[in-house]
Amino acid sequence: MEIDPFIFRLSIFILSIFIGYYVVWSVTPSLHTPLMSVTNAISSVIIVGAIIAALAGSSESIFDISSIFGFLAIVLAAINIFGGFLVTQRMLQMYKKKKDKKK
Amino acid sequence: MISANLSAIFYLISGILFILALRGLSSPDTSRQGNYFGIAGMIIAIVVTFLSVGNFSASLIYVVTFLLIGGAIGAFIAFKIPMTAMPELVAGFHSLVGLAAVFVAIAAFLNPEAFNLGVVGGIKLASLIEMSIGAAVGAITFSGSIIAFLKLRGIMSGSPITFGGQHFLNLILGIGIFILIYYLCITQSANIFWTVIMISFLVGVLLIIPIGGADMPVVISMLNSYSGWAAAGIGFTLENTALIITGALVGSSGAILSYIMCKAMNRSFVSVILGGFGADSSSSNTKEKQDQKPVKSGNAEDAAFLMKNASSVIIVPGYGMAVAQAQHALREMVDKLKKNDIKVTYAIHPVAGRMPGHMNVLLAEANVPYDEVFELEDINNDFANSDVAFVIGANDVTNPVAKTDPKSPIFGMPVLDVEKCKSVLFVKRSLSPGYAGIDNELFYKDNTLMLFADAKKMTEDIVKNLD
Repeated sequence: MEIDPFIFRLSIFILSIFIGYYVVWSVTPSLHTPLMSVTNAISSVIIVGAIIAALAGSSESIFDISSIFGFLAIVLAAINIFGGFLVTQRMLQMYKKKKDKKK
Repeated sequence: MISANLSAIFYLISGILFILALRGLSSPDTSRQGNYFGIAGMIIAIVVTFLSVGNFSASLIYVVTFLLIGGAIGAFIAFKIPMTAMPELVAGFHSLVGLAAVFVAIAAFLNPEAFNLGVVGGIKLASLIEMSIGAAVGAITFSGSIIAFLKLRGIMSGSPITFGGQHFLNLILGIGIFILIYYLCITQSANIFWTVIMISFLVGVLLIIPIGGADMPVVISMLNSYSGWAAAGIGFTLENTALIITGALVGSSGAILSYIMCKAMNRSFVSVILGGFGADSSSSNTKEKQDQKPVKSGNAEDAAFLMKNASSVIIVPGYGMAVAQAQHALREMVDKLKKNDIKVTYAIHPVAGRMPGHMNVLLAEANVPYDEVFELEDINNDFANSDVAFVIGANDVTNPVAKTDPKSPIFGMPVLDVEKCKSVLFVKRSLSPGYAGIDNELFYKDNTLMLFADAKKMTEDIVKNLD
């Protein structure tokens, strides 16, 4: 009997939760704010769904209802991707060690 | 156009890069590299999506345009936002992830062919369940984050809004969503799909309005977690590994942060959700106490004198410091102290800011080196061996009542053992209680000197007196 592909996806999902659990516990508490902004950015990988939806419109009707939702989602996710990564970068740039500063 | 198998492998790679991005945050040294991994993962995912659709129709130019519009807005916000506003920003970003998840789910529902999910009115059962769960969680994340955003911005009052039967109503609505999804699966009716989304928006609002300002760090972490689960739900619908991995990572990350925040406030997750904290009812009894006990107060000169003659000083900053914008003046003060060979360190309570790790970012912005900043458990034993504790903008997190009075609402909350220092300098505008609405016993200790002033003004005055 064949295994439903859903089970494979579920396995990936469950294992990723475990990876997330151990990886996040090892994040130093002083970087918890960048952690939140970066998780924000990466969860916007949902943009892949938005792109598929937006590209699905035919050449006669680029903007049918479904692709309009796709386009809107692209804008929202893009705000998050650029905003999330850049603000994380900005924060991480500020973390300096004592030595760097004195020299 | 690349094959589905090949693109699946690329999505896996981008998922792995996201894991490495989080792994990098285990130390500030590796964190910047981690962020680049994250960006690389995102670029791979987007490029592969374009390639796998392949059919570069007239829409492509619009897709790129919208992408750049969003990107420009995002970049603008990222450069403009002040660090004190990070909690609002993150709440706002969560709402966007939530809404994007809702939109993608709607697009998939209206045009299932594009995603290989079947045809309109005949969507595969599993996909239908996945997309409605994704849409529901996304909608809750969206409206919940909007409320959190409004509360953090101060547009909406931070005090909890409660009414009778609130939790019962939430329960009914929650069950209602599941029943509707069940009927959606049977009938494939678009109207039911819309209703599920609308009810979920309502649930998001109802979930967050009863939660008070003090619990905001938990709320932000919780919404972070929700945004992850929403993404994972959509990932299942789209059969996309990158999304499933990311959703799981973000979901567990937010859950862990919520747990850490709850523990730091000694609150159970359930009681935070049920809300009502901060709607203080016991303030009458604290007022009596204030009248009875004597308080020693001093000025900047006294404070400067005390610190100049100390050999070690521990700074305890709180959100009040950030509100007063005192962090730069504070660092100036610390620099002066260090010139006199006084050892200075910072002690940070996990809920010192308004979101996890917020205070660390604010200090980093003021050029405080991160290896002088310590977390509660790493520094708490040092207070007994230090000469001066300088409490600025913090209150409840230093209250010894949490250790001594089982009747206190904050009893059991881990606090900084500030009172063990030889002397305590407490910068505060008045004797008013903090967020938790309780009196701080520290004010009345013999070794405490209260400095009644605005945090920034007081720090600047101390700097002048240190010369």
